Amino acid sequence: MNKRTILSVGATFLSLFAVNSHAAYALNLKTPATEIAGQIYGLHMLILWVCIAIFVVVFSLMFYSILKHRKSVGHKAAQFHENHWLEVIWTIIPVIILVCMAYPATKTILAMKDTSAEDMSIKITGSQWKWAYDYLDQDVKFISTLSTPQDQIQNKAEKGENYLLEVDNPMVVPVGKKVKLLITAQDVIHAWWIPEFGVKQDAIPGFVREAWIRVDEPGVYRGQCAELCGKDHGFMPIVVEAKSDVDYQTWVAAQKEAAASASAGADKEWAQDELITAGKAVYEKNCAVCHGATGAGIPPAFPAMTGSAVATGPIEGHLDIILNGKNIMPAWKDVLNDVDIAAVIAYERNALGNSTGDSIQPSAVKAAR
Amino acid sequence: MSTTTATHHDDHGHPTGIMRWVASTNHKDIGTLYLWFSFFMFLFAGALALGIRAELFQPGLQFVEPENFNRLTTLHGLIMIFGAIMPAFVGFANWMIPLMIGTSDLAFPRLNNMSFWLMVPAAILLLGSIFVPGGTIAGGWTMYPPLSVQNPSMSVDMSILALHILGVSSIVGSINIITTILNMRAPGMTLMKMPLFVWTWLITAFLLIASMPVLAGALTMLLTDRHFGTSFFDAAGGGDPVLFQHVFWFFGHPEVYIMILPAFGLISTIIPTFARKPLFGYASMVYATAAIALLSFVVWAHHMFTTGMPVAGQLFFMYSTMLISIPTGVKVFNWVATMWRGSMTFETPMLFSIAVVFLFTIGGFSGLVLAILPVDIQLQDTYYVVAHFHYVLFSGAAMSIMGAVYYWLPKWTGHMYNETLGKWHFWLTTIAFNITFFPMHFTGLAGMPRRIPDYALQFAEFNMISSIGAFALGISQLLFLYVVIKCIKGGPKAAANPWEGAEGLEWTVPSPAPFHTFETPPTVK
Repeated sequence: MNKRTILSVGATFLSLFAVNSHAAYALNLKTPATEIAGQIYGLHMLILWVCIAIFVVVFSLMFYSILKHRKSVGHKAAQFHENHWLEVIWTIIPVIILVCMAYPATKTILAMKDTSAEDMSIKITGSQWKWAYDYLDQDVKFISTLSTPQDQIQNKAEKGENYLLEVDNPMVVPVGKKVKLLITAQDVIHAWWIPEFGVKQDAIPGFVREAWIRVDEPGVYRGQCAELCGKDHGFMPIVVEAKSDVDYQTWVAAQKEAAASASAGADKEWAQDELITAGKAVYEKNCAVCHGATGAGIPPAFPAMTGSAVATGPIEGHLDIILNGKNIMPAWKDVLNDVDIAAVIAYERNALGNSTGDSIQPSAVKAAR
Repeated sequence: MSTTTATHHDDHGHPTGIMRWVASTNHKDIGTLYLWFSFFMFLFAGALALGIRAELFQPGLQFVEPENFNRLTTLHGLIMIFGAIMPAFVGFANWMIPLMIGTSDLAFPRLNNMSFWLMVPAAILLLGSIFVPGGTIAGGWTMYPPLSVQNPSMSVDMSILALHILGVSSIVGSINIITTILNMRAPGMTLMKMPLFVWTWLITAFLLIASMPVLAGALTMLLTDRHFGTSFFDAAGGGDPVLFQHVFWFFGHPEVYIMILPAFGLISTIIPTFARKPLFGYASMVYATAAIALLSFVVWAHHMFTTGMPVAGQLFFMYSTMLISIPTGVKVFNWVATMWRGSMTFETPMLFSIAVVFLFTIGGFSGLVLAILPVDIQLQDTYYVVAHFHYVLFSGAAMSIMGAVYYWLPKWTGHMYNETLGKWHFWLTTIAFNITFFPMHFTGLAGMPRRIPDYALQFAEFNMISSIGAFALGISQLLFLYVVIKCIKGGPKAAANPWEGAEGLEWTVPSPAPFHTFETPPTVK
């Protein structure tokens, strides 16, 4: 290899590092945003330094020995192979160190598990591959999904600053309030995790687990699902916006208004074309992840929509499966409103290669619930 | 330890050609089969890992679709654990335990043949699952339900059956090894005179017998949940998905020690040889091994800290997990004390052993960090855990296997391996390993979850470094293959004891070890 080749290989190598370097790498845990995360940060630093200290002592001795006690410098082997006192000492010292570590860790665990005296509660439900948030005291609920465009993931567009860590509807909490999180799942196990909060809790179908946060400062905090949950496990981020109490109340009011106008739409008579147009957006947000954007599905786990016996059969059966689910198909009745369901049915029956020509009104969906 | 030399006589009357291997009841031939099987599985599962690292070289999806990415991580884990590391240690047990305790073969030679040949249908099922409709198993090597119940592909069932068969093979093999060690030692070799490798395998065999049936139970429940309408792990039918995790990790944690205790045995054999000094604290090594084995049954739920246990459970499992660092620490101190004031030389086996002591300790310390429950909450299911278990499983188990291969190659083949190439293999492996896995501590701390095919931009630099290291690590292992084949084909003749400081009965028989050895047991004084 001549000098020029070496240089150009080196330059290519370095340029690889320049790609996407607009987000800074980090070497340590994220800056804590809650008291618990702060305690965890401190515990980690304590243990890290204790480990480094022991490591340096032990391996200084080993490398000293490697340098000095080698045959090539003429060192003759000693023949000792026991020393009871030494063995007792190096068993007892670690015990003392461990007790010193266990004490602060235990205090933090007790604080983490204390979910009493909360100011408000949010029920968080994981499902493949989105999060649903239900504000139990406010009658506010919504679904949160990845908002990074497919073009960025498929390398057809430049990746944004918060690539894969951005959602359409973030969870919003007021700062300074103790928020109890009731975490569960619909289909498989997920895990709700925001590193800055020091909360990672598995979301387990059929069981509700508790955690709590009290966020110190307003800001946007980002995390990801932390338990393998199938194909799009890497694509179900969690974003929490912490707002001041006033901003939070404004947000709650806006959410309620949006919900009211959506339910008003359920009583109006919709034209089929209107439903199909609205249904496309609903399908792409909620259904395409399994049944495919073109309706091809991923058989055998996820059946195709195109030519499906359900989407081309009796419309009542179609409605029933969407409302109540079947096997791994989740129930949507608590997730989508009447308009969304009517729209997606119209879309699935009259697009994606299907053309049954029929549709159902939101009022009929309401009646079937 | 002094011995009287046994009489040896020439090879006789065993089948030749392919039937020599298919019908073999000879511990050396079966040991060879195990070692080659594990080496090919090691290369195959390593190639799968390179698929993972290629996809993770840059953010965005380039080579592997998300579902296929999950298949790569799942198969990589399953094959490395059950196809590479475990069979390699059984290979060493087959070859070396009879030679080390001065007996002619294992107690049940035909069962031994069955133990190996059961692995072949298991491998066919596991690898064949790649080609069935729906593709191979994708729910992680831990196969947590409901995800593993949700996947309708028969590949999941094939993998379950493969693990059942491997479990039978392990149990049969363990019974064989325990019976051999307890009943067939040469006269004079008391338990506390056994080489430490034999001790660690004796304890490992008990761990296998105790834990493999538990895995079989978990897998059987999974199978009936999938096909026969039971609801062990389905909350809708009154079951509990977390129950699977409890049962699985009750197997899974002893399994971790099944993969590291024999490695401790190998290291404890090699270091005294090249330090020319007896192993420091032999008795405490034995007790530490037994302590680790016992503790391994009461720490399983530290894999499940984020499932949300009651506080008493969390505290218990944190304390018990922290305790394991004490016997493990004793081992590391003993190895360093063995080197202390020795007369060391640094042939390839010794280089690997020193690297194992050094790097395994890093994995041990990151294990202690993970034992601290609040910290584990942050690090569970991140790349920090990936870094941790590769420091214990690659630089603990796999590198001790490599060192031990170099150590006994002269005994197996009758030739010395090429020391220069061996050292090249060592340095390339060690450096590439650290380039691959050390940055994962940082990505994990910074918040990168494991088992994701694509990642946020702040993880890009370290992932690129890891991927470059991984390819260097993978390619370096081809050099290992070359050195081993070259040594089998020829090289300087090896003496019966090619190492100046080696002790033990295996060095009293000629190199290569004759087909039959110790038909008359030696006497150990």
